[in-house]
Parts: sequence; C-alpha cells; structure tokens
Amino acid sequence: MKAVLGIPLAFLKLFYQSVYLALGQIWANKARSVLTTTGIVIGVASVTSVIAALTGLKANVLSNFESLGTNKIFISPHWPREGRFKNASWRLIRFRPEVFEGLRDRCPSIDDYTLMTERSETVHYGVYDIDSARIYGINPSWHRIENRSVIMGRPFTLMDEENGWQVCLITPKVRDELRMDRNCIGKRIVVGQRSFTIVGVVEQRVESSMFGGMGSSQEVFIPFPTAWKLWGPWTWMYAIASCRKPELSAEAQAELRFFLRRARRLGPGDPDTFRLEVIEEYLRQFNTVAQTTTAIAGGVVGISLLVGGIGIMNIMLVSVSERTREIGLRKAVGARPSAILFQFLVESVVLCLFGGLIGAGFGQALTGLIAKIPNASLDKAYIPLWALGLSFGFAAATGVFFGMFPAIKAARLDPIEALRHE
Amino acid sequence: MPTPHNKVVIRLDNVTRVYKVGVERIHALDGINLELRQNEYVAVMGPSGSGKSTLMNLLGCLDRCTSGVYELDGYDTTRLGAGGLAHIRNTRIGFVFQSFELMGRSSALKNVEMPLIYSRDGWWSRHKRARHMLERVGLGDRVKHRPNQLSGGEKQRVAIARALVCNPSILLADEPTGNLDSKTSEDILALFDQLHTEGQTIVLVTHEESVARHAKRVIRMMDGRIFSDLSSEEDQARRAAMAEHFGEVSK
Ligand SMILES: Nc1ncnc2c1ncn2[C@@H]1O[C@H](COP(=O)(O)OP(=O)(O)OP(=O)(O)O)[C@@H](O)[C@H]1O
Ligand SMILES: [Mg+2]
Repeated sequence: MKAVLGIPLAFLKLFYQSVYLALGQIWANKARSVLTTTGIVIGVASVTSVIAALTGLKANVLSNFESLGTNKIFISPHWPREGRFKNASWRLIRFRPEVFEGLRDRCPSIDDYTLMTERSETVHYGVYDIDSARIYGINPSWHRIENRSVIMGRPFTLMDEENGWQVCLITPKVRDELRMDRNCIGKRIVVGQRSFTIVGVVEQRVESSMFGGMGSSQEVFIPFPTAWKLWGPWTWMYAIASCRKPELSAEAQAELRFFLRRARRLGPGDPDTFRLEVIEEYLRQFNTVAQTTTAIAGGVVGISLLVGGIGIMNIMLVSVSERTREIGLRKAVGARPSAILFQFLVESVVLCLFGGLIGAGFGQALTGLIAKIPNASLDKAYIPLWALGLSFGFAAATGVFFGMFPAIKAARLDPIEALRHE
Repeated sequence: MPTPHNKVVIRLDNVTRVYKVGVERIHALDGINLELRQNEYVAVMGPSGSGKSTLMNLLGCLDRCTSGVYELDGYDTTRLGAGGLAHIRNTRIGFVFQSFELMGRSSALKNVEMPLIYSRDGWWSRHKRARHMLERVGLGDRVKHRPNQLSGGEKQRVAIARALVCNPSILLADEPTGNLDSKTSEDILALFDQLHTEGQTIVLVTHEESVARHAKRVIRMMDGRIFSDLSSEEDQARRAAMAEHFGEVSK
C-alpha cells in the first residue's frame, strides 16, 4: 500500500514541492515578506560591511608592513617597569654608539644594522626653506636595511663617517620644495644653522596611507657620527637591525638580547633596559584587535539576527494561523505532516535567504561607501566570499531555527479541526 | 445495488467513535457494521447529530475510529500512522465538502492540481490531468477563473474535479448540495449520477429526500447507529408505508 519510492527520490520530491509552495506563498504576500525580513537584512548588511571594512583594513596594514620590511628589528632604550632600573636616570638607560660595537660578530643571525638618530630642523636653500624637515643620522647600511637606495650621486663613505663631514642626502621632495635643479649634487643647504653639502638623492619613501603620518617625506640624511658630534651625546639614539632571513627573527632577537644585556652589564635578575620590536609583533597585535572587533561585530550581528529571527517566527505563526483552513484542506487531500512541515520550514528559510540577499546588496553598497571614506585607509574594503557564505548560512540557520516551531505547529494540526477553523 | 461479484471497497466492523468532552463521553458512532462494493451509490441520512459527518470523516481517513476495524480496498487502515493515512487520502479518497473549501487566491486549475502536488505527478502531467478533470465536470472554459469569479454550483464542480483528480476508489461528499439552491443542486446531482454510470463509487450525506432519491442505496442513522440500510426502491416503499401508518395513527 505504501509508495515504493526510494528515500532520496521522495526527499527530492518533498523538497521540490515545498520550494514550489513556499515561493508561491512569498510571492502572494510580497509586501509582508519584505517587511518581515528587515531584521535579517540589517543583520546581514552589517556583518558583511563590518567584515569588508576589517578585510580592507587588514589588506592595508599588511601591505604597509610589507613595505616597511618584515625582517627588521627596532632596538630602542626602554625603562623597565620594575627592578633597580625602574627609576634610573636617562644617563643609564640611553644608548651610546659604543654599546653596539662588536654586534656583527656576536650575533650571527643579524645581517646588518644601522645606528639612528633623528630630529626636526628648518632647512634653507637661498630664499626657500622647509619649516620642519626630518633630519636623520644614519649609517651607510641604512640603504640596504630600509631598501631605499641612492638614485643620484653617492651614499656616505667611510671617509664621511670618520671625519664627521657635513654632507647630506636629500629626498626628491626636499629638492623640489627648495626649488633646486634636478641635479642638485654639490649644492649646499643650511640645516639648523649649519651648512651641508648634498652628495646624493635618496629614493622617496614608499607612500603608505597608514603610516604616512609617522614621518613626513621631507627627509634629510646625514652621517650618524656627524649627527652625534653636532647634536651632542644626550641625543636619543636607537638602532635598526635586519636579520638574514625572516624565519631567523626569533633567533636574531635572542642573540641581540643576550648581546645587549652583556654590553649593558645587566645582572641575571635585572629586566631589560631596552626594547626589541619587530613588525610582526605589530601585525600580531593588529590581528588580535581585528579578531576582537570581529567578535564584537559578530555579537551585534547575532543580536540583529535574533531579532530578525523572532520577526520571522512571528510572521510564520501568523501565517500558520491564518492558513489553518488551507492546511486542513491540504492534509485532507493527502499532504503528509512532513510535507506541511517542510513547506513552512522552506518558506521561512527562503524568507531569510531572501532577506540575506537584500542584506548582502546593502552590505555591498555600504562597503562601497566605506571604501570612499577619506583618510580611513579602508580603500581596499571588500566582502570576502566566505563572509557571504557565512551570512547566508546564518540566515538559513535562523530560518530553520525560528521557523521550526510554527512549522511543527502546522504539521501537527488535525485536519478535521483545521477545516472547522473560523 | 450490492452485486456479489463486485469488489468490496469499504468494510466497517463494529466501528465506534467516542468523543471525550470533559468527563462526558459522546458515542458519535456506536457499533457500525457496513460493507460497500465497487460502483455503489449510497446516500447517508439521519437527523442532526446522528453521526453522519463523523462516519464520513472516518471513511475519508481524516479521523480514526476508537475501536473496530476499517478496511479500505482490503487493507486494514486502523494501524496506519499519520503519513500512511495521508497517502491513502491522496490516492484512494476524494472528499467533497459542503462549503467547497477552495483556495481563494488560486485559479480553478490550480485548485484541482493541488492534490497532485502531493502525489508522484510532475508539473506537466499535473496540468493535463487537472484540465481533463475540469472538462469532465463541464468547466473546460473556466480553468483560469478564481473561486470568487465562479457561481456556487461551479465552485462545487471544481471541488468535485479536485476530489476526482487522483482517481480515487471512493468519492465521499458531506452534504455537497447543502449550500446550493435546488436548481443548482439538481445539476450537481446529475453530475454525480453521470459519475456513477461511469463507474465511480459514491457516498453522500444529505438531509433531503430528493437528493437521496438519486442514490441506489440509502443508509439511515440515528444516535450513532445504522437503523436502516435498504436499496433506494425498498427505502421509498418503507417510507410510504410509514407515512401511511403514522397518518392513520394521527387520524
Ligand atoms: N470534535 C468533537 N468533539 C466532541 N463531540 C463531537 C465532535 N464532533 C462531533 N461531535 C459530536 O458527535 C455527534 C455526531 O456529530 P456529527 O457531526 O457526526 O453529526 P451529523 O450527523 O453530521 O450532524 P449534522 O447533520 O448536523 O451535520 C454530535 O453529537 C456531536 O456533538
Ligand atoms: Mg454533519
């Protein structure tokens, strides 16, 4: 007596029936369907645009970090939070160039390093001046570490360093702002009351929207010994080291730490009086922040999906009770409880997916707007495919979860009583 | 006329249906024994509350009996689950309601197609069968009309087409002419007569003797029991005799 149908075939048929009926029902109640899905629309729109913004931010941060180099280690003086150096004077904490002597021999993972110091000065050339150019004292190894070579003229030589000559390298931007000729080699500019001879032009720094504010592109470079001599031994100095391979970063840091602790004569219980910072460290920190933001956004989205889901449940309950007679009739002509259950479940899922679709559209529009916000470094914002999949998945799950109760209610209706309804 | 060589379609064996309302127990059906054969045309009559609708719901597998056995086409239905009963309703039973029960937003054709959604038919065969059925009940030119664009009689024809579209073993009609005027009722009954001559087994419930006269067998109920089960002619004769008898008494 029972239908001799394979289970998958029967299921397929049931699914087809349900989708057919559900779409018809949604089409018949167009306005109501649209209004019902508002919660889902908002949920999906917010999740997709938040993820898009984060993705954009991350892409930006990554490309910025890459341009800065991932095998660099910044070495700077640092007051420890505890121990005997907690309140030590600057005299004990600051770096001196001698500290770094022998570093190359003692730290095999370190490729090279440069001593650094910097300050802002006014730069004059004839009647033209730049108010606050950034003046750096560097070693010749700086070019390789920062990956910025000399595009005209020459880098500093050993002679420049040993004699403390007042020579400098400038960026094309400085040259242009001082209205100099394209070939400015040999010209003299005044940096903070002292005259310097230009020996070369250095590549412009890679423009990064995110770290653009960290240093202007009006840069003048002088040999580190010259800077040290002119600015006095109280100047703040630091160093940048590069390791041979990015994978050796941890080893290089350990070597550096050992070397510096010895050089500064720190006892076994003393905390470090310096800090080693790696770009990757920032990247990790950023990732943590991004994850937290995603989690918070996820919570907000969860709430809006919950509200949306309750809206769906409400409208499905209304739908079940106003269609009680129809359900009774369908059962009377042979709809199995599973067919009724499926019809209402599919209807609620289709409603949610429909909301998800509209939401994704809004999310896309929002992402377009976000990408256009000036100075927010979100120009790379886009909705990744997994986020779309995820939000549709959640929308469908909401539909199943909140549609289940009304659907079960409909499936359990007694046909005679349903037909007697009203 | 129960002809012995015709196959038994329905067999009820001491069937009861008890409703519980609070502590009260209502015996809507109280020991029904009944056998219906293929191509019978039966009218069920009786005063209000005698259990006619309860019996029809039971025959239509919309309801279950409290005790007893109900066999349809030789199969015992009493042990079937909700899904099994739904399948029987879909394939073996056509039900016509007093208030038509059409879906207001759908066309006549869609209404007739509806039971086929739950059967094995694909879209195209559904369409063809529904259209063919509408032509059989004389509504070939009304397929696109919605129920509110149809007259009462036409609505009931659509409902009959829907009941017959799955080619059921039995057509059950609970007061099919209850909401219709006498002229339209006659048209609908003519349709039933035609279906009967085409071989359809029919059970209908009615309050009117004029309707019952179309049937070939008349079952009379009272307080959940069958108290008379005769052929149409015998029933007529009995009624005439009773009328005469009571007439004499009243004189
Ligand atoms: N769901 C129910 N719950 C309780 N009692 C019921 C229920 N349905 C029917 N009854 C009772 O069962 C008895 C038979 O009802 P039924 O509907 O079968 O009568 P009927 O012969 O169809 O009457 P009518 O000619 O008025 O339609 C009545 O006494 C009724 O009150
Ligand atoms: Mg009744």
